[in-house]
Amino acid sequence: MSHLDALESQSIYILREAYNRLKPLGMLWSLGKDSNVMLWLARKAFLGHVPFAAIHVDTGKKFPEMYEFRERFSKEWNLNLIVRDCPPVDSVDPSLPPAARSAARKTEGLKRVMNEFGFKGIIAGIRRDEQATRAKERVFSPRADNGAWNFRDQPPEFWDHFKSDLPEGAHLRVHPLLAWTELDIWRYIERENIPVVSLYYTKNGKRYRSLGDQDITSPVESNASTIAEIIQELETTKTSERAGRAMDHEREDAFERLRASGYM
Amino acid sequence: MTQTTSTAAAIAEEELASNPAANTNDDKARFPFAIVGHVDHGKSTLIGRLLHDTGSLPEGKLAELKAASDKRGGVLEWSFLLDAFQAERDQGITIDTTQIFFSTAKRRYVIIDAPGHKEFLKNAISGVAQAQAAFLVIDAAEGVREQSRRHALILHILGLRQVAVLINKIDLIDHDADRYAAVAAEIRHYLGQLGVTPLALVPISARNGDNIASRSEKTPWYDGPTVVDVLDNFVPALAPVDQHLRLPVQDVFKFDHRRIVAGRIESGRLRVGDQLVFSPSGKQAKIASLESWSAAPQIAAGAGQSIALTLDDELFIQRGDIATHVEHQPHLAHQATVRLFWLDTAPLLAGDRLKLKVATSEYPVFVERIHAVIDVGNLAATQSDRIDQNAVAEVTLRSPALMALDKFDEFAKTGRGVLLRDGDIVGGAIVLHAGAVDQSRHLYSPTQSIGSADRASANGHRGAVLWLTGLSGSGKSTLAVSAEHRLFQRGRQVVVLDGDTLRQGLNSDLGFSPEARAENIRRTAEVAKLLAETGLIVFVSLISPWQADREKARRIVGENFAEIYVQADIETCKSRDPKGLYKKALQGEIKNFTGIDQPYEAPEKPDLTIDTTALTEEQALQHLLDLVDGLSALNGYEGRKPTDSYTI
Repeated sequence: MSHLDALESQSIYILREAYNRLKPLGMLWSLGKDSNVMLWLARKAFLGHVPFAAIHVDTGKKFPEMYEFRERFSKEWNLNLIVRDCPPVDSVDPSLPPAARSAARKTEGLKRVMNEFGFKGIIAGIRRDEQATRAKERVFSPRADNGAWNFRDQPPEFWDHFKSDLPEGAHLRVHPLLAWTELDIWRYIERENIPVVSLYYTKNGKRYRSLGDQDITSPVESNASTIAEIIQELETTKTSERAGRAMDHEREDAFERLRASGYM
Repeated sequence: MTQTTSTAAAIAEEELASNPAANTNDDKARFPFAIVGHVDHGKSTLIGRLLHDTGSLPEGKLAELKAASDKRGGVLEWSFLLDAFQAERDQGITIDTTQIFFSTAKRRYVIIDAPGHKEFLKNAISGVAQAQAAFLVIDAAEGVREQSRRHALILHILGLRQVAVLINKIDLIDHDADRYAAVAAEIRHYLGQLGVTPLALVPISARNGDNIASRSEKTPWYDGPTVVDVLDNFVPALAPVDQHLRLPVQDVFKFDHRRIVAGRIESGRLRVGDQLVFSPSGKQAKIASLESWSAAPQIAAGAGQSIALTLDDELFIQRGDIATHVEHQPHLAHQATVRLFWLDTAPLLAGDRLKLKVATSEYPVFVERIHAVIDVGNLAATQSDRIDQNAVAEVTLRSPALMALDKFDEFAKTGRGVLLRDGDIVGGAIVLHAGAVDQSRHLYSPTQSIGSADRASANGHRGAVLWLTGLSGSGKSTLAVSAEHRLFQRGRQVVVLDGDTLRQGLNSDLGFSPEARAENIRRTAEVAKLLAETGLIVFVSLISPWQADREKARRIVGENFAEIYVQADIETCKSRDPKGLYKKALQGEIKNFTGIDQPYEAPEKPDLTIDTTALTEEQALQHLLDLVDGLSALNGYEGRKPTDSYTI
């Protein structure tokens, strides 16, 4: 069994657990590379089907290429697509730094989706290698009814036994990609030939490594125009994946606060 | 925005978590290893030093770390690199487990950092369970401490066999060979009792970098491997494809007309055409096809693979069934003796009800017996009726459901499980012994009714009738209801038949004449018999004043009947008069009242007499419960004898 086979099998196991234990269930589809891999894994787990909703919490500030991608593949992959807009930025905690505050709109948007549909499980494509607080996450991670993450008291999780019973109103975030790295994601995209947004490829000497809102995401220097070149670049890079995501870097605990209040 | 506006610590964590140096290898798996040990023995410092000495820290990181340490007014703290949460940095402790990627010249690694505080044991276990090897870090000056021992025991219970000991802060004992040898001997002895032989013991100073990536000049007396040497010699675990097949059913999909069985092969392998048996039901079918999407068609699969298959027969298969080959099935049992570690703040008591979840199966269980609680310090077994948080114990669990179980030492993944209480994971358990059941009895044919022996085996006790006779006000009902509660808490199937209640329904057509009383008792005895045959412990609380009627009740019920005389003199009963009946009888409002205008024949040879005027309520209850235990015990069943000494 290769490394990618082992990761794939583990993610399928997690997705099947979520589908069996949590109803209703939804998957966050941010249109980025990780959530495309996640959808692909769902189709592997459920034999071509995606038997739950794909949710795009839309900030309205994504790149045009991303919206095109959404329209095309939600049809090609026969997704049950839910798109909901985020509230305006002045409805968000003003004590957060500007970029984090902008990102927190997504948290508010997600809360509205949760209220509307009452999901018991939300599948999100976060990975441990992205960011230090994400490294401490559980695969099945409980959220209180206000979406808050109590990172000081997480449930035990071992031997692939996941907490799946929750009080009324609370929900679980399910993280099937937690054990993957950025490089794993690209190698799997290459192996499986999974479509991704063109923004990941070089344009005028720059490309995006991580996709967020237009105004708080910046591209990195790169000439990678194929997946193989992206992989080659990542094997030698000295900068981190989320370096271009402004909200991670504003204040020491900004991202931790974002996550504690319900951000992915 | 650029990184220059960020704080040093945020960048340090950010870049560590997505450590670029981790990306410099091929596509081989990262080897996961854990670092455990007592709080403040230097685990996080070791990690910082490992990253630094293997060249895994990005440039300028040391300066940023220094800035972050200065900001909090402390000396250089390697652990600031790792403790991601603000709360952790402020308190200077690691709360939750985390993972850090790095690599040596040989291969890539994931470090699983486990908190050393006792209160965070659940987090330590969540981390360590993902590791294939572990370093146990021990402070040379402090020696082996409580969490050192507890973590070593947990490593053992989690099945981790590749363990190396790092004796840290060697500078604090002046790099002294003798003092090092003393600490090394202590931990060797303890691990030896667990049956663990450490792969290596290494004297180190994480803070100063001694014997981490290169041999230190300060320990010329040491000629063993460095930490990196030990690391590179750990052996990756392989999926157990050569064991017998174990495929726990995770789900059954019905996306079209077909029923597709989904699950992950935990051990062994299978092929299309193989005959499978599903335990515990015993149903059998052949594999018709392996199903997949966007993959080459398969005819075989092995351990580690998440698969989907169809069968040649549309059986009712459900989540929790375990598919195996016919000739190598799991044990089927109502009873399992397990070694467990307990994580809940509320203790586990004998009789407590839990769920045991093994792979995808969930069984209701109760704690039938606590054999021993293991003293983490010296591994001695102590007798106790409670298991406190973070303790390790050996207990027997019993389930009314037939459980399909493996022994942990034969099949790691289907021989272990978690304990659930109110939906929370409150402990982990490995199966030491699965009590066997009669193979001929577990497969019930639909035409054959389930016998009382089957019910007794499932319940862990036989049905019985406890007939409480005595004057009104003697304390029959109080005793019966107290006993019912106590037994229910202990996981027994139990019910009270109360005379007053029966007279409101089943016997509402009967009065209090001797004939009516006889009929009242006959009906009650018949109902009690039926209930006892279905496995219940039945308390009958009925004045039943005539000896002849009580003897008739005994004949109706047959075996497992006990007559209990609840004794109190008439004056005491009159003074208690809980229902105000004596008062009414004395005023002539009630006729045929026992003890007033009808006689009460005290039992000639009761199985037990309980004098409620002489005993406290608790004493009376204990006498009754002792009788129940004897009467309802399974024939020939003695359970496992308590172990005096504990051997792992």
